[in-house]
Formats: sequence, structure tokens, C-alpha cells
Amino acid sequence: MTVQGEKVQTWRRQLHGSLVILKKNARLYYLKPPVLIFGVLFPVFFFLAYKMGRPIAAENLVPGMVAMALWFTASAVGPLVTPWERSAKTYERLISTPVSLHAILAGDVISGFVFGTFLSTVPVLLGLVLTDAYIGNVPLLIAGIVMGALSFASLGVLLAAPPANGPANIMLLSNLVRLPLLFVSGIFVPIGQMPVWAQWIAPLSPLSYASALIHSAFGHSAFFPVWLSLLMLVLFTLAFFMTSCKFHNMWRAMGL
Amino acid sequence: MQMKAVIEAKKLTRKFGNLVAVDQVAFGVYQGEIFGFLGPNGAGKTTTVRMLTGVIDPTEGTATIQGHDILKEPLLSRAHIAVVPEEANVYLELSVWQNLILMAELHGVARHRYLQEAELLLDALGLSERKKQKARALSKGLRQRLMLCAALVTGPEVLFLDEPTSGLDVQSARLIRQTVSDLNRSGLTVFLTTHNMSEASEMCSRVAIIDKGCIVAIDPPEKLRSTISSRQYVEVRFAGAAPEHNELESLPGVSHIDVDNRTFRLYTKLPGQVVTEVVRLVDRKGLEITDLSNRKPSLEDVFLHFTSG
Repeated sequence: MTVQGEKVQTWRRQLHGSLVILKKNARLYYLKPPVLIFGVLFPVFFFLAYKMGRPIAAENLVPGMVAMALWFTASAVGPLVTPWERSAKTYERLISTPVSLHAILAGDVISGFVFGTFLSTVPVLLGLVLTDAYIGNVPLLIAGIVMGALSFASLGVLLAAPPANGPANIMLLSNLVRLPLLFVSGIFVPIGQMPVWAQWIAPLSPLSYASALIHSAFGHSAFFPVWLSLLMLVLFTLAFFMTSCKFHNMWRAMGL
Repeated sequence: MQMKAVIEAKKLTRKFGNLVAVDQVAFGVYQGEIFGFLGPNGAGKTTTVRMLTGVIDPTEGTATIQGHDILKEPLLSRAHIAVVPEEANVYLELSVWQNLILMAELHGVARHRYLQEAELLLDALGLSERKKQKARALSKGLRQRLMLCAALVTGPEVLFLDEPTSGLDVQSARLIRQTVSDLNRSGLTVFLTTHNMSEASEMCSRVAIIDKGCIVAIDPPEKLRSTISSRQYVEVRFAGAAPEHNELESLPGVSHIDVDNRTFRLYTKLPGQVVTEVVRLVDRKGLEITDLSNRKPSLEDVFLHFTSG
């Protein structure tokens, strides 16, 4: 077989490995209480806390609700998987298989991506059915959800990289990162109307860019242009993923 | 003819900070053998296995598995192995069948092959009726059998077993030993880490003893036993009165004796001569022997010889 052919076969095997990891994660972790609480209940309660008693038209809240649901769901799976597997000692079994660490972590990212993408369609559908919201640009909405889910899922995997003995500490860490970013990403208040310090922080959050794309898709004005949002989400995804691979390799070198 | 080394460790070293857990370990494991890896707790057994199976990287040195360097070609080297760790870390929320299929798929085994193989393995290890049961419902022994099934369904050429029968019920331990021995006879190479000396003695064609991170002995069990011939002894038990301690100790060929519950152990390099002398002494004194036997050092004696002090 040629060198090129061998490379293609290796990639194919590793992709297959990632999909096997996805199947395992879906079976084991999608219905775990921490995922359901932090991934599904959190956005619902945040929405209710913001909406109740305020004279805001429901259709204006739909893009923010979609972005928030995507943020919580896509980033909920990653922080659970690795710590859970480390404490159950199944992580060692995975890394002694012929599936590379990159492929295992890619499988974890895909797990968060699928979970987030699937569940974020619920607020989209509810918004369309129950409010006057409409989608002005379907491809942009799909791009926003897909790219947002990928970067948020990668963030989730990065947050799970520290070698903790149990999932509780990592879930705590993940909420320490996710919750503050929620308030500076233009979900509840448009970035242009936020205090100056928050406007400085907003570009550091991937949620700001996904939110901008989703708002644009629903015909609302967005703080960032579409091209910048797409580019930043790609860069965030790559940076989060490569950093998590680096951390995992570093812990492995240290024997942790 | 030079035998083919399936595993070759080359100055394998692992440090944790200032602690050298494994120090320049070098050995070869040959095609079709059961290689025992023995050592006291903390000697470096598990660290060595974790390096060979890709869980942690060596600090220095390397190893090859089926000719593939574990550092340069980690995926190819791991494609040839399967691991059964001491703790049966199955996925508790997956069924017995799902656990098996997961490992087969991670190793890229073709579907038609693993479907057939998985059924055969479940049957051989007495798990067929529990196929749909969640692993959480299995006892420790059954979980360990499942671990072995999940390792074997990947079709490995080298099987790493880390304390596979530790703390198991007699049936499970025997079944696991039997299955591994049968597979070894059909060509599977086995790397066995164990504390169980009789298991190592019974199963292994060669054993390595590791102590404080270094290999201190490596040979077939029989050869290791003969290297400490001074630990051979004649064991004798008397009915009624026994000779004086110093009478036995002064017999020609006896280096020293131990007494344990009226059983005398006469250590010697010349067991045949000592047996004759004991019989003469008993005749002379009109005593009666109930048991008289010539004992070679066990693998446990060998282990203690190399690892104590």
C-alpha cells in the first residue's frame, strides 16, 4: 500500500474510533443527571428568570434562548465524560486501544456537538410555533448552530482535561467558566448596550459569535459581522481542541 | 534458531519526580509464551505494564510490540494487544454484550467476525445467559470474566493480564486460568502480572522478578528454583519422640534446620545424603518417622530470595 493509502486508512480508522466513542457516550452520558441539570434545566430556568414579569415580546427572546440552549447543552457532555471515565478507570482502557487520544477527544467533541445541535432545535421549533419569530436566513442559522455547537463542545472537552478524580469538581469548574460568559455574550442584553468593560470581554467568548450568527439568522441586528463570527468560531474550536489534546498529553507524560 | 520477540523492552525507565519507579528494564517476551512478571507491591510491575500498553509514556528507553515502537508507532503497537487490568473496569451501565462490542469496534474488528467470536467467548466463559444483563449486576468474578471476553474479542496477539485472578472465587479463577492456557496453546502470547506464585509456577514458561524498579531475575521457573539450591530441604516428621535439635543439625550435609510444629526442615545441597543420614539416625535411636520428603525450593522461595532485604 502507498504511503498516501496508509494515511487514508489510518484517518478512516480513527474517524471510526471517534464514532464508536460517540455511540458509547450517547448511551452512557446523555441521560446522566449532571448533563440534564446543567444542559437542559439551566437554560430553561435562566429563560424563565429573565422573561417573567418583563414586558419583552417573546419572539425577541427566541434567538437568545436558542444560543443559550446551545451553549449549555453542547458544553455539558464534555466535562462529564473524561472525569467520569477516570474515576471508573475505564479511561485507561480507552487509551490502550488503537484509537488515538485525538480521536477519543474528537469523539467527545462530536458527542457534545450532536447533543447540543439536537436539543437546540427544541427552542427553535417552540419559538416558531408559539411566537411570531421567523427565520430570515436558514443557512446562517444552521451555520450558527453547527459552528457554535462545535466550539462549545470543544470548550467542554477542554474543561474536562484537568486530571480530577471525580466529575463534581470539573462540573463546578465548567459552571465557573460558562455562567460568567453567558452574561457578557449578548444573550440577554445586546453587546452594544453593555458596560464598556463587558464589551471588552465579549470578544473573548465563543458564545458572543454564535449568538451574533443566530441573531442575524432571525433577522435581528448583530454586534459582529457574519464572516468574523464564523472565523472566530472555527478558531475557538481548533484552539480548544488542540489545547485539550496538549493537556491530556501533558498529564499522561506526568503519569496522571 | 533465534525465537521471535513479540515484546522487547529496551532500557525502559519511568520516573515520577525524583522517584525512579522502573529503572532501565530490559527483557524480551517470545512468541507463544506465558511470561510471568512478579514483584512485591510498588516494585514497578504495573508501571511497566502501563508503559507497554500506552497508558503512560516512558521517561527513557522504549519497547517494541510485534516490531512496532511504542513511542514512534503507538497505534500500530496497540493494535496487537489487549489488556485485562486487575480491577474489572467494565462499563457498568452497558450490557455484557455492549461491553464486548464496544471493545471489538474500538479495535476495528470486522462486524461479521466479532459477532461470531463474541458468542463463542461468552459461551466459553459462562456468560451467554447474562448477555443482556447490565455489567453492574455481575459479581466481581463475572465482571473479570467479561473483561477477559472483551479483551479476547479484539483478536489480540499479545494479552496483558494484570493480577487477573486476584480476589476471585475459585470457579472464576480456574476458568480464567484454563481459558488463557488453552488460548496460549493455540499461539497467544501472554504477559502475566501476578502475586500468586502457584499460578505463575503452573502457567508461566518464563518469569521475570522485578524489585525496586529493576529486573533481578529472569528465567524459566524450574531454572530459577535450581539457582537457589541452598534453599532445598528435607522435611521430616516423627511419631512420638524426636531426636535432639543438635543431633539433626550435626548430620553430614545439613547446613541448618527449622522446626515448625514438630516438623523439621533440614536445609541442604545434598538432599539424598541427608535422607540416608536421617534414616540411619532414626534406626539407631529406635524412633519412628511419619513423613519424610525431599523438597525443592518453590517459586515463592525464589521470589523471597530475590526480593527480601
